[in-house]
Amino acid sequence: MIEVSNISKSFDGKQILFDISATFQKGKTNMIIGASGTGKSVLLKCIVGLLKPEEGSVNFDKRDFTHAGKELQTEVRREMGMLFQGGALFDSSNVEQNVMFPLNVLTKMPYDEKLERVNFCLERVGLENVNKKMPSEISGGMKKRVGIARAIVNNPNYLFCDEPNSGLDPQTSIRIDNLIKDLTKEYNITTVIVSHDMNSVLEIGETVIFIHEGRKLWEGSNDNIAASDVKELNDFVFASRVMKELKESR
Amino acid sequence: MKQLGKFVIFIGQLFVRREAFRTYVKLVFEEATKVGYNSIFIVVIVSAFMGAVTTVQTAYNLISPLIADPVIALVVRDMTLIELAPTITAIVYAGKVGSNLAGELGTMRITEQIDALEVMGINATSYLVLPKIVASVIMFPLLVIVAAFVSIYGGYLTALITGVISGTDYILGIQMDFIPFQVIFAMIKAVTFGFIVASISSYKGFFTEGGALEVGKSSTNAVTSSCIAILAADFLLAYLLAPLLTL
Repeated sequence: MIEVSNISKSFDGKQILFDISATFQKGKTNMIIGASGTGKSVLLKCIVGLLKPEEGSVNFDKRDFTHAGKELQTEVRREMGMLFQGGALFDSSNVEQNVMFPLNVLTKMPYDEKLERVNFCLERVGLENVNKKMPSEISGGMKKRVGIARAIVNNPNYLFCDEPNSGLDPQTSIRIDNLIKDLTKEYNITTVIVSHDMNSVLEIGETVIFIHEGRKLWEGSNDNIAASDVKELNDFVFASRVMKELKESR
Repeated sequence: MKQLGKFVIFIGQLFVRREAFRTYVKLVFEEATKVGYNSIFIVVIVSAFMGAVTTVQTAYNLISPLIADPVIALVVRDMTLIELAPTITAIVYAGKVGSNLAGELGTMRITEQIDALEVMGINATSYLVLPKIVASVIMFPLLVIVAAFVSIYGGYLTALITGVISGTDYILGIQMDFIPFQVIFAMIKAVTFGFIVASISSYKGFFTEGGALEVGKSSTNAVTSSCIAILAADFLLAYLLAPLLTL
């Protein structure tokens, strides 16, 4: 479980996040949603420690990560896996080397064992026979799946996904969403997903927090998001004609 | 001053939360190939012409019955060892390797590859930059040795081809009044310049913000800043060490 308490963050005097608190449950797909530029990714970066918040703290299973020393931070980080928006695969390494990277640096596993684990993870994300391909030779959806394979190769307790569907076609998006949800259940991981894709929210958002202009305005699940009376959330959720018609038909 | 402070902190970060020693050994070898082996061609070309031009220019500027021909080769040797081989090679090295390092790290930054390392609990500064600096500090002195040899040999070939000085006088000249400390002086410069180029270029690339345009700017800034730092360090080392040549 990840507990975010009263996080505030500003850049060059401009406040981006205002006193955000939230709890992300283990074994669930927890989503942070909101329009572009509302501070979702900044919040995610504060949670994983890429940015240091001015106020507040983040606790990973009761361990205060924000104020921890370098050793504890490293220990917690080694329990994390993260899927970045663009995949963040290492350009100079092939698919196999990318997925094996965390094992090479963080473990002393023999090569055969590492290769077996890499192949298992690649198969788990539906990628086979691409081990020797370079990131430039595979599609955007495949890059995301390699990114997921790399994120789970070290058996993480926490999985973070920054806009996992950006730039993908609807079918691939659903495939990625379902993959993330299945992995979360299978390995009982605390998963946090940043997204502005309503399809994803409705598909896999077991717990959802809505951020607007740096403030948390709503918290709930995909089941009750349509029934919310928060104007900003309604504007966000029912921005498209299809969603409006769906709401009116109910 | 803020930049200088940030640079010092950046260098300090190289030595904290390091990975296993074997990880660095492999990375240093990879980087040594990139910064050293891949620079040999350009260093050889520049050095050969450097020696050739120095020989011709010195020969035409020392036309006097009071100056023996071997002195031309002596001047070429001293200029090459003390100044041209380390400094000109460093400028060329900054242009080739410095821009490459900044571009590589800048691209890694904007495509979140550096963030990916940090999230894995790896000290990205140490993992990515330390091997580059170590490789540069090891390989650049070797490039300077190659540059000095090729430059002096280039001068010899020029002497033979153009006839500005005979081959015998050239061989005699490069052995005259040789001070072994000149070689040590050149190596001290080489180690310093190798560190300057790798550290400044890595710093510029590592803190790139924005997109492809900013990566290009970081590469340009890396070369500019490295060149200025090389010249400043060259002056400082000359001021501090040149008196030792006369001892």
